[in-house]
Amino acid sequence: MDTTYKQLPPRPINKKKQLSHWLIMIVTVAIIIWSCTGINFGGIKSTAAQIAGAIFNGIFHPDWSYVYDGSGEDLVSQLWITFCIAFLGTFISAIISLPFAFWAANTRHKKWYVSRSGKIVLAVIRSFPEIILALMFIKAVGPGSAAGVLALGFHSVGMLAKLFSEAIENLEDGPNKAVTAVGGSKFNVIMFSTLPNLMPALISNTLYRFDVSIRSASILGLVGAGGIGYPLIIALEYRQWNRVGIILIGIVIMVVTIDWISGLIRKKLV
Amino acid sequence: MSQTDQDLMNLPKKKFKIMNLIWVILIIVGLFVSINVTDTHISVLFENFSQFTDIFVQMAHPDWSYSSTVFPLLFQTLKMAVLGTVIGSIVAFIYTLLIARNIVKNKVLTGILRIIMNIIRTIPDLLLGAIFVAVIGIGPVAGIFALAVFTFGVVVKLFYEAIETIDPGPIEALTAVGANKLQIIWFAVLPQIMTYFISYVLYAFEINVRSSTILGYIGAGGIGLYLQETLQTFDYAKTGTIIIVIIVVVVIIDYISSKSREALMK
Repeated sequence: MDTTYKQLPPRPINKKKQLSHWLIMIVTVAIIIWSCTGINFGGIKSTAAQIAGAIFNGIFHPDWSYVYDGSGEDLVSQLWITFCIAFLGTFISAIISLPFAFWAANTRHKKWYVSRSGKIVLAVIRSFPEIILALMFIKAVGPGSAAGVLALGFHSVGMLAKLFSEAIENLEDGPNKAVTAVGGSKFNVIMFSTLPNLMPALISNTLYRFDVSIRSASILGLVGAGGIGYPLIIALEYRQWNRVGIILIGIVIMVVTIDWISGLIRKKLV
Repeated sequence: MSQTDQDLMNLPKKKFKIMNLIWVILIIVGLFVSINVTDTHISVLFENFSQFTDIFVQMAHPDWSYSSTVFPLLFQTLKMAVLGTVIGSIVAFIYTLLIARNIVKNKVLTGILRIIMNIIRTIPDLLLGAIFVAVIGIGPVAGIFALAVFTFGVVVKLFYEAIETIDPGPIEALTAVGANKLQIIWFAVLPQIMTYFISYVLYAFEINVRSSTILGYIGAGGIGLYLQETLQTFDYAKTGTIIIVIIVVVVIIDYISSKSREALMK
């Protein structure tokens, strides 16, 4: 039997590519090693395993009495508040986002610097951490749901307006021209061509943002901006693991349900 | 102008959809209900707006002398983000190979593992931070664990979708020549998806840098600790310094990472 066929041909070698791959690899490893320095891994509490076990135990033996007791401090009412914070926050941000979106959208009727400046403003809003915004609003309007609503409302603008402006950029010019061609005024163009074409994208993006806002709203409470996060951090501090368990279950169920519903609606829209 | 001409001038009547009306009513009702529940009134905002702008103005005059104190914790924050990303993505990598249906054929196993993954994904990062602070204790290690779990959720979701859309040809070819599972993964699956994996890890790293900056607020290490201290002592000039440093770092890392992702995908 001829054995020469069993040998695979040598791989083609690209020296330059190989070198850059090695360089990237070395830099990455160096960064990882640098990251390991100066972090004290011995700082783990000796009771860590025990507490983790207790939390798991709490998830499987949740405090059912906390689900609803009519006091307004129970799980269902807190989740309801969280939901309302997300709803109102998203609504406010959707309204604020519209003018921002038209500002940042890069359509050809505009000078380039107009849309560029709008995009930069949106990027700055996006990178301003939400929790810090929540803390600032807490200082301004006092702790409570209102601070959470305002923080969400302003923070979401960064992302939502970006999505909106992309939707506007993707609009086709045809319908606008058609309405103009049959003698429609500017108002007619907006009413009969721009808005109807834009609406599905706007609603779908807002729903998507609502999903994200639900998650954010559930952590805003950790800093005192209302919602389910506050009872959670209290329960963690007082080591009521059963209560921690039921709150976590509640949050997961709420997030999953809302993701599912909004996914259904978005599928129908597109 | 005759009657028919007059009619032609009018726009055709739109079909009235009852569902649209129901949606609008639902949204308006929801609006009033949520205003009531959250006790948010526009007046509240305007009454206190001067206070808000006051804080803002103070933050806009950052105390630069403070920045030297900020940097050590800033580096700790970045270290947390790196380690969280690395640990999370290594676990995610192995986990994804177990839930991809074109690698593991057992539908029950992949189904259960997917449900677990989806539950982990729903928990927000700061919440994970709060839980790990309770479990592990205050410090950066809690933050690293929180970020690792969060990274796991992000990377697994994106990565298994990428794996399931790969070209089945190479897998079939290797199966045909008698390769075992590991060889199939190594020679048929990995070459097709490695760039995607790296790109998702970079994406997760971007998110982690953002979240790691606030994890300290709840005691999970990093620059957030100073954030809490300065806010508690109403030292807004220093808070402003921290926020500006955070934004600059986030923007730089976002830029580098998105550029390298673009380069990868080329």
